[in-house]
Formats: sequence, C-alpha cells, structure tokens
Amino acid sequence: MTALPPPSDKKLGLVIDLDTCVGCHACVTACKGWNDQGYGAPLSDQDAWGAEPSGTFLNRVHSYEVTPEAGPAQIVHFPKSCLHCENAPCVTVCPTGASYKRAEDGIVLVNESACIGCGLCAWACPYGARELDQAAGVMKKCTLCVDRIYNENLPEIDRTPACVRTCPAGARHFGDLGDPESAVSLLVAERGGIELMPEQGTKPVNRYLPPRRKDRLEETAPLAPLLDIQASGFAGWLDRLLDRI
Amino acid sequence: MHPAPSVILFTVFSGLGFGLLAVLGSGLMPVTGWAALVAYGAGYGLAVAGLLASTFHLGNPQRALRAFSQWRTSWLSREAWASVAALALMAPVAASAAFRGVLMPALGIAAAVLCLLTVLTTSMIYAQLRTVPRWNHWTTPALFFGHAVAGGALLAGLGNAPVLLLLLGLFMALAFRVGDGRFAERGHTLATATGLGPGTVRQFAPPHTGTNYLMREMIHVVGRKHALKLRVIAVLFGAILPALVLLALPSGLVATLLAAALHLTGALAGRWLFFAEAEHVVGLYYGLR
Repeated sequence: MTALPPPSDKKLGLVIDLDTCVGCHACVTACKGWNDQGYGAPLSDQDAWGAEPSGTFLNRVHSYEVTPEAGPAQIVHFPKSCLHCENAPCVTVCPTGASYKRAEDGIVLVNESACIGCGLCAWACPYGARELDQAAGVMKKCTLCVDRIYNENLPEIDRTPACVRTCPAGARHFGDLGDPESAVSLLVAERGGIELMPEQGTKPVNRYLPPRRKDRLEETAPLAPLLDIQASGFAGWLDRLLDRI
Repeated sequence: MHPAPSVILFTVFSGLGFGLLAVLGSGLMPVTGWAALVAYGAGYGLAVAGLLASTFHLGNPQRALRAFSQWRTSWLSREAWASVAALALMAPVAASAAFRGVLMPALGIAAAVLCLLTVLTTSMIYAQLRTVPRWNHWTTPALFFGHAVAGGALLAGLGNAPVLLLLLGLFMALAFRVGDGRFAERGHTLATATGLGPGTVRQFAPPHTGTNYLMREMIHVVGRKHALKLRVIAVLFGAILPALVLLALPSGLVATLLAAALHLTGALAGRWLFFAEAEHVVGLYYGLR
C-alpha cells in the first residue's frame, strides 16, 4: 500500500559525516557490488566500456567547494543516497503500490515485481535517490541493505549497510535515529546534524554532520621575523654605502 | 524536466479528446447520427491514442493494470480510474446519439464531469510535485483545463470556442509569467540542498564523468534558448490564430480543421515548454537546472 504507515518508533537510517568523508567513492563501489548480487534486479550499466558510459547507482558522491564569508574555500565531499524520509513523497505518488515504507523500521523499499517503471517516484524525490534501471525497467533505490542488516548468516560485524561497512574513513554511521539514546542520535546531537532541504517537508531520517570549523592561519607567518635579516660588519657597511649611491 | 514525446503526446491528445467528449456529453453541442459518430469517434480516438502513448514511457507496461490499485493516495492511479470511468459512462451516450439519434442529457452531463475530472487528475500528477516548483501551482490545472475545454469546444464547433481559446491564451501567458518566479520564490538553493551555507557553495566535481538517469530525466537545458520564441508560437498558434480563424471564416469543416491544426501546433509547442522549462530541485546537486 502506498499510504504511509504511522511514524514508526524505530527509524533506521544513516548519519554521514561531511567532515570526515575523503571522497574516495568506496561506498559507491561497495553499494553497487552488494546490490548487484542479491536483492532485486542487478544495477545495470549501459555502454560501460564505450564512449558514453552510464549506469544505475544507489549512492553517489558529489564534491562541492564552499567559500565561507571569511576564510579560505574548502572542498566538501558529499555522499548522497535515499534518506528514508518519514514523509516520503515517492511512496504516496506510486500508482501500483510497488513503493512502500516499512511500518516496523521505516525503510523505504520498492517491490520490483509490482513496479511499472513510470518514474513518477523519481520525479517526486527532491534528492535524486531513485534511479530507473535501464535494463530491468524498474525503479531502484537504497534498501539500507535490508538483506544484510537482519541477515543472521552474516557475522555480526557485517550486519550494517555495505557502504557503512566499507567506509575507510569512518564517515558513515548506521543506526536507529528514532531512539534518542542510540549512538547515531547522540552523534547527531553532539555535532548538530542537519536534514537536507527541510523546506520540502519530507522529514528525512538520514542526517548529515556539517564540516567542523577549520583552524585559521595567524595573520603573520611564524617565520616572518627570521626573514628580516639585518646585515652587520663589512656587509652592513656595504649595505649602507650602496643604499646611499 | 525531459520533454519525452510519449508524455507530450499523451497529455495533449488525451486532454483534447476528453475535452471534446466533455463538450459533446454536456449537451452544449447536440449532435446525432453521422455527425455524432464522427464527433464522438474523434473524442474517443484522441483520448485512447493519448492514453496508449502514455504507456510507451513505462519500463514494464505489461503490469499497467496494477496502476488501478492505489487511488487512495496516487493521482496517477486516480487518473487511470477516472479515464476508464469517463470512457465507459460516455459510451452509451455516444452510441445513443449516433445510432438511435436520441440524446441522453443526464448521463451525458455525468460523463462530461468525469471527463473533466480525468483532465484534473492528469494535471495533478504534475501539480502535486513539490520538487518542480513551476508545476506545483494552481496554474497547472488551470492550463490543462483551458486546453481541454477550449480545444474540445473548437473541435466540437461550439459558438463560444473563440472566447474560450482567448481565455486559454490568457492562462498560458499567466502560467509562463507565474512559473518563471516559482523556483526563486521557494528559496531552494545549493546551500539549502546541502546544508553547507552560509557562504557560497558550488559544484567542484560531479559524482561521475558521464551522465545518468537523473540528469537525463530531470535536467533539460538543451533547447531552452528558443523558449521565448516557442512561448510566442504556443500562445499565437494555440489560442489567438485559431480564434481569429473561427471568427473570420464561415463556420464549417474547413474552418474547424484549419483552426484545429493551428491549435494543435501551439498546444504541442506549449506542452513541450511545460516540460522543458520545468526545473527539478535535484538539479541543484548537479549545479545545473
């Protein structure tokens, strides 16, 4: 059913640390790798080795240059995937009921065998989190690795989304954002985690931790006094003489 | 937004078809016999052709029947129901007028209302999207209604068609004017999209060197350079010229066909712009709109 369930107590989601992300795209690769081999249609590529390669990804890393009002510009790497919104507009627009939000943990999923591939949910998403697979003709989106996080066949350490498990910088965190005492909720509270495009009214579950304020260089360089060399002795006399000529 | 031919043809033809059926069913233009067969036939032909065109952009059209299931929340699903209900209810009205020469005013009006409801549901598919500020406004249903009613009146040969066409021209101009300010009005910027303000934020490197589904579907920048000319063509051909033709020429098949051809040209140009000029907020993330 594409009606949204009442808000669940458990709100599984990601917390992404923009301060720590180094922009290596390992999460992109891990996501594509995992989601090619299990749940649903594989993420296809078109013209993968040709002149115009293109493919389906559930997670993409943008890079932005932020120039504050004062101080030097800064590069921020910005991974973006489904935010598993509480007020998910992609769910309610679906005509077939393929798109749904789970009542138990808030994960937004697509039942691919009911998807007609009309693309309206991708239009309804402000974040670009949904991509229509060009080979299968069905909508693909982040599943929060629902086939990993509850999978008792995996060692416990692997029961997190593939992107979180692989991140070498520790910039991605997975947990229950509905529980104010969870590690992710505490992290969000401590670092002032934010929602993306709150004016869209989607109430996303995922949070982004803004980059920390950078230290600023002192106005005068510490080695500057050493550069002010005063000649003395014979060199000093020459210096003064040459100045006068 | 990508102006996909299937969606342009779908909205223009089905809108025109349902508009014609609404005018015929309402009894404003009572026709019977052969005239009814041709008029209702044209209405059904346009509406069904448009609906069929809409299935061409589906990834899995064989499952299209599932689109009837979510009418409680989805405008697309409501459109499926409204269109089928309108066509089904109009069938006895059309058959009675064409084959028995008897009008069915009560049922006709009910079917006409359903035809207009179908146009409303089509327009709401676009107007509901907060992600496309230009569409997310009452001018979108007004524009779709204007096209359906004026186009339908034109095809039916209704005396008031020139007035309705000029009204449509007004709606088109209004939609262009209001639409231009919608994105800025909403205040969506790359800074709100990323939360990286205050200060200036710009794209440093895209996530990939090529293009992707999102960019192909939501970011259409090609062709906007002719937007102003196309706007003039849309209003001139869609509304003003057909109105003048209907007023200048003696009413009859020649005037109707000439006016219809002009109107269709303008309507297609206008609908192309409706998509090509609409900017989706996801474009912000790509530094493009």
